[in-house]
Amino acid sequence: MIPLAIRSLNVAYHRKLVLWDADVTIRAGRTTAIVGPNGAGKSTLLKAALGLIPMASGEALFFEKPLGAARSRVAYVPQRESVDWDFPVSARDVVAMGLYRKIGWCLPVRRAHRELAEAALADVGLADFSRRQISQLSGGQQQRVFLARALAQQADLYLMDEPFASVDAATEQAIQEVLRRLKNEGRTVVCVHHDLDTVSEYFDDVVLLNMRVVAQGPVNHVFSRENLRKTYGGRLTLLDEAVADLSRRGVPGSLQ
Amino acid sequence: MTAELLRFLSLQDYNTRVVLAGACAFGAAAGLIGTFLLLRKRALLGDTLGHSTLPGVAAAFLIAYALGAAGKSLPWLLAGAAISGAAGMVSVLMIRRFSRIKDDAALAIVLSVFFGFGVTLVTAVQQLPGGNAAGLDHFIYGKTASMTAADAWFILCMSVVVAALCAGLFKEFTLLCFDEGFAGAGGWPVRLLDGILMALVVLVTVVGLQAVGLLLVVALLVIPPAAARFWSDRLEVMAIVATAIGCLSAGAGVAASAIFARLPAGAIIVLCAAFLFSLSMVLGAQRGILLRCWHERSATRRLRCEHLLRAVYECLESGPATAAALRHKRPWKPGDLEREISRSINAGLLTPGGGGALQLTGTGRLEARRLVRNHRLWELYLLHHADVAPARVDRDADLIEHVLDPGLVDGLEAILDNERRAAFVPEDPEK
Repeated sequence: MIPLAIRSLNVAYHRKLVLWDADVTIRAGRTTAIVGPNGAGKSTLLKAALGLIPMASGEALFFEKPLGAARSRVAYVPQRESVDWDFPVSARDVVAMGLYRKIGWCLPVRRAHRELAEAALADVGLADFSRRQISQLSGGQQQRVFLARALAQQADLYLMDEPFASVDAATEQAIQEVLRRLKNEGRTVVCVHHDLDTVSEYFDDVVLLNMRVVAQGPVNHVFSRENLRKTYGGRLTLLDEAVADLSRRGVPGSLQ
Repeated sequence: MTAELLRFLSLQDYNTRVVLAGACAFGAAAGLIGTFLLLRKRALLGDTLGHSTLPGVAAAFLIAYALGAAGKSLPWLLAGAAISGAAGMVSVLMIRRFSRIKDDAALAIVLSVFFGFGVTLVTAVQQLPGGNAAGLDHFIYGKTASMTAADAWFILCMSVVVAALCAGLFKEFTLLCFDEGFAGAGGWPVRLLDGILMALVVLVTVVGLQAVGLLLVVALLVIPPAAARFWSDRLEVMAIVATAIGCLSAGAGVAASAIFARLPAGAIIVLCAAFLFSLSMVLGAQRGILLRCWHERSATRRLRCEHLLRAVYECLESGPATAAALRHKRPWKPGDLEREISRSINAGLLTPGGGGALQLTGTGRLEARRLVRNHRLWELYLLHHADVAPARVDRDADLIEHVLDPGLVDGLEAILDNERRAAFVPEDPEK
């Protein structure tokens, strides 16, 4: 079953079209990176699919159903900067938010839920931080709290918006670990990703996006110099860096 | 005055009891719902809301007058206030949504336009023949003392509604205020929740018009939760403290105006809230200024002590540790060096040797060696290996080399093994 199929998605802010007839198919049990330059509509793609911003046209099917029918199978990790980390809650409270749907309307968070939340925190290496107020965590730790919140949801499809953005090495490792585990459990992960260097290392598939979908498929087929040039246009410095890196890592099929 | 105080405290007057109950119920409800308003970053929207109730009050009065009814029944006027308050709030949200005007401008525009319109209407009402409009300005400045038993019951019921909804939807409101995007992606009806939250704010604002007036009602929505934030990092506690502060300020304001008959209760209520706010800001158990100063002070002290030990240790490596040599090692503020030396001698870290030179005691030597070792390892690390494992550096340690934790130091030691020279990096004193 296809965890996420986006068909001719158009999104516009005011009069400006941000996404243009985007067709994206995410394959089950794999990790997919959505890559593209700033303003390419990477986050917008996720947000529009999740109904957080209106689509001008198009549809997004989750497990071949509309989102409303598949909510419990989908978990979302927003960008870290999207919330105020001075909020008076602890790391555990934030993770417990992933269980709110399971708990249901108007019922309080009970002990069993708190234990689940702590287990999810332990999965991202933050077992000792569960009672910390969230502003006392480092940026990377905050990112991991968000990840733990999504893990607590026990979803089949994880949509993550820039989980690797400006995090420390320990967090990068922890997230990588989580991605690997989710994949081994047969779950599907989609990440908006900005770092071309690590795409081939972390992900199976890649979607190259610049307002429209330039290419998508397995990393070793699609993540090529030609496609990157199409995606990033004339931004040669950036491109050359990426290409240099590709050749260093010896990604198969990328530089011929 | 003592007589008045006694009379108030014994709650002999029926009227005092009524007003006190009404005001306290309002204060508590405002503190509670204000907590979410503040966390949703809509404090100023509360102000705009308060101001935009005025045209509603005046219009309701006019309609009642035109229909020949007694225009001043409270629920009727408050219904008008609620409608125009909600209209004001919706206008702000519309301007924000459909134009590129920034938030603050949208709020200022709506606030002043609605208030201006209200003032016009009130003036018109006052010119009506036999209009008996004298009560309308109570809504602007508040007149707590004019509260009747029925009003107090009304406020009490509203407060119970607010409390029940906040308790029932506590988790949902928390999610809405913290992370709207996640809530939306999880299928929570964000618009509906937002609507309920803002409707409760309108309800409390309208109820508070009589107690503190529309100019000041925002104070009780915002000040108690802002004060409560200094006391706790937990939302549940913050909400309870905000409720208590709101209730307490309202009660104290009513008491003050009962004792000093000339003082306006509404303004006194706000001043009481402000007093509790300043108290919280200074004394707050979680983020109070005193607490912060104390933490900073003890950190500076520890730092100074460590500076001195290090300086003494380094002086002793090449000669006697005299005051002049220590001054040469690093700059000290006037008096700091002497004070720190006598403090360290008292703490048993240093002993005065012959000729004005200082000696390290046994404990002092161990401590100083640990510090110097940490410091030099850190220096080497920054010089040569800063790219190796930035993740393993504690955030604070970026700024203060003195707070490296022992585990990290062991790690550094392994990393820096190659460059380690006995003379340069002292041995770990514990090994």
